Amino acid sequence: MVAYLEFEKPIAELQARIAELRSTADAGSLDIESEVSKLEAKSDKLLRDTYAKLTPWQKTQVARHPERPHFKDYVAGFISDFMPLAGDRAFADDQAIIGGLGRLGDRKVMVIGHEKGDDTASRIRHNFGMAKPEGYRKAIRLMELADRFGLPVVSLVDTSGAFPGIQAEERGQAEAIARSTEACLALGVPMVAAVVGEGGSGGAIAVAAANSVLMFEHAVYSVISPEGCASILWRTGDKAAEAAEAMKVTAADLQKLGVVDRVVAEPVGGAHRDPAAAIAALGAAIGEELDKLAAKKPTTLRAARRDKFLAIG
Amino acid sequence: MSWLDSVRKKIPFIAKRESPDNLWHKCPSCQQMIFAKEYEENLSVCPKCGHHGRIGPDARFDQLFDGGVYTLLPAPQVREDPLKFRDSKRYTDRMKEARAKTGEQDALINARGTIEGFKAVVGVQDFAFMGGSMGLAVGAAFVAGVQAAIADQCPYVIFTAAGGARMQEGILSLMQMPKTTVAIAQLREAGLPYIVVMTDPTTGGVTASYAMLGDIQIAEPGALIGFAGQRVIEQTIREKLPEGFQRAEYLLEHGMLDMVVKRHDLRAELARLIDYLCPGKKAA
Repeated sequence: MVAYLEFEKPIAELQARIAELRSTADAGSLDIESEVSKLEAKSDKLLRDTYAKLTPWQKTQVARHPERPHFKDYVAGFISDFMPLAGDRAFADDQAIIGGLGRLGDRKVMVIGHEKGDDTASRIRHNFGMAKPEGYRKAIRLMELADRFGLPVVSLVDTSGAFPGIQAEERGQAEAIARSTEACLALGVPMVAAVVGEGGSGGAIAVAAANSVLMFEHAVYSVISPEGCASILWRTGDKAAEAAEAMKVTAADLQKLGVVDRVVAEPVGGAHRDPAAAIAALGAAIGEELDKLAAKKPTTLRAARRDKFLAIG
Repeated sequence: MSWLDSVRKKIPFIAKRESPDNLWHKCPSCQQMIFAKEYEENLSVCPKCGHHGRIGPDARFDQLFDGGVYTLLPAPQVREDPLKFRDSKRYTDRMKEARAKTGEQDALINARGTIEGFKAVVGVQDFAFMGGSMGLAVGAAFVAGVQAAIADQCPYVIFTAAGGARMQEGILSLMQMPKTTVAIAQLREAGLPYIVVMTDPTTGGVTASYAMLGDIQIAEPGALIGFAGQRVIEQTIREKLPEGFQRAEYLLEHGMLDMVVKRHDLRAELARLIDYLCPGKKAA
């Protein structure tokens, strides 16, 4: 049973009616069956139509949906023989960014990404996917490790942003993000990044300055959250929908702007309605991108990445 | 600004008239009234309490370069208003206002000149121009500054001041973080020093990219430096922030800076550093 979003209310109502009909005493009778299938068809069409024209703010809600697949689901789905690696060797192991060695098909890779968690305990453990300096420093360590041993880097981006806290500032949150972006850009191995949920500002770009940047159809990627933008420019967080619209946060917009290289289609109704299909589609797309980069020399890969970011403007 | 002020500003002999408004400067730190001329002659540092006031590119270049002599680098041309952004105001109107107010094209200005005889390209971010925010123009100016330094075989010194990325250019502003980082890597490969001087305030995406990647990290006393804004942190952790949090001295204590340098000593300290890191590059 999926949790419905505010804008999905009409769909939720139809589904409730279907469930009600099915549970009535006459369930199984022809009349009810035909009514149910009519309603099912109506509900399917409504879902399809709604998701075909989601507004940027609706997409933001889909991207944040609690049942949307997260890092661990993707790893379980398309990475085999995953060996998690931990720690920044300086302060702590930040569970908001996790990573390790694994195989995508028969390609050996280093996978890194934000993990938001999926219940109260795990959300707290993963700090809702908001990394601290030690998280970015772990990412740097893993990227450099991958570079030395010729393993391509795959990163899955899903964060509302880097954690804003006293200790995070004290330990150099800004410096850690800057160095992590720098580490992406210095790699002599292929790097493929995929924005799978929220791509929140500096906390996202720190692990997304890649050769190839993929983005899920309903993911969002922005310089500041729509709420943050609204509270600064409109002086009220209530204008988040307008801010999302104005900032151009959707995959289609970002592809037009040259920031995203490839948009990966999601199942009808979003990745959370058919996680297995979404995960498989993403795994296949990342694999294809890795294969395109596989034969390239370190100098070529580095130069291509640099040229790409120098050209954005 | 009222229409009367904007008209007055365009008429030089009225604008320059000494009114109580520009005769005195009130220190935002100690609240003392200082004779404006005295304040400026003291490099916009309060003679009473030592508070370092915010200064723009013109004043900075004048203070820094030998004899106040320097050549401005042309502002790179970039796409204007790439997102056709509008909040309560059109972005293009905000840009017009900022340009009228500062007389600058955008928030980062570069100049080449000498500092105690050493060649340097210096970039200064202007907080008065839309909070110094980083969009396409700032990114392009940063890259141009680095390229000029490579051409001149001299260091690139950046004075940062920014609230962060420019929201009105959305994701393209965020992309200036990797873009400027690439430029720094090129400067490094050319064997030239990259010196960062953080001024009040330096926050957000600017801190989380080129402002934290210096070979040498300097800050002016009391400068606010951080990634997240103080209000955001307070709202997140629901705690009062410690005294001096995110100030230059706090960052020095936590290992994020090499030194905190008073404005009066900056020229000499930069020259000393360049002498160590870029020897034999003294201008003829």
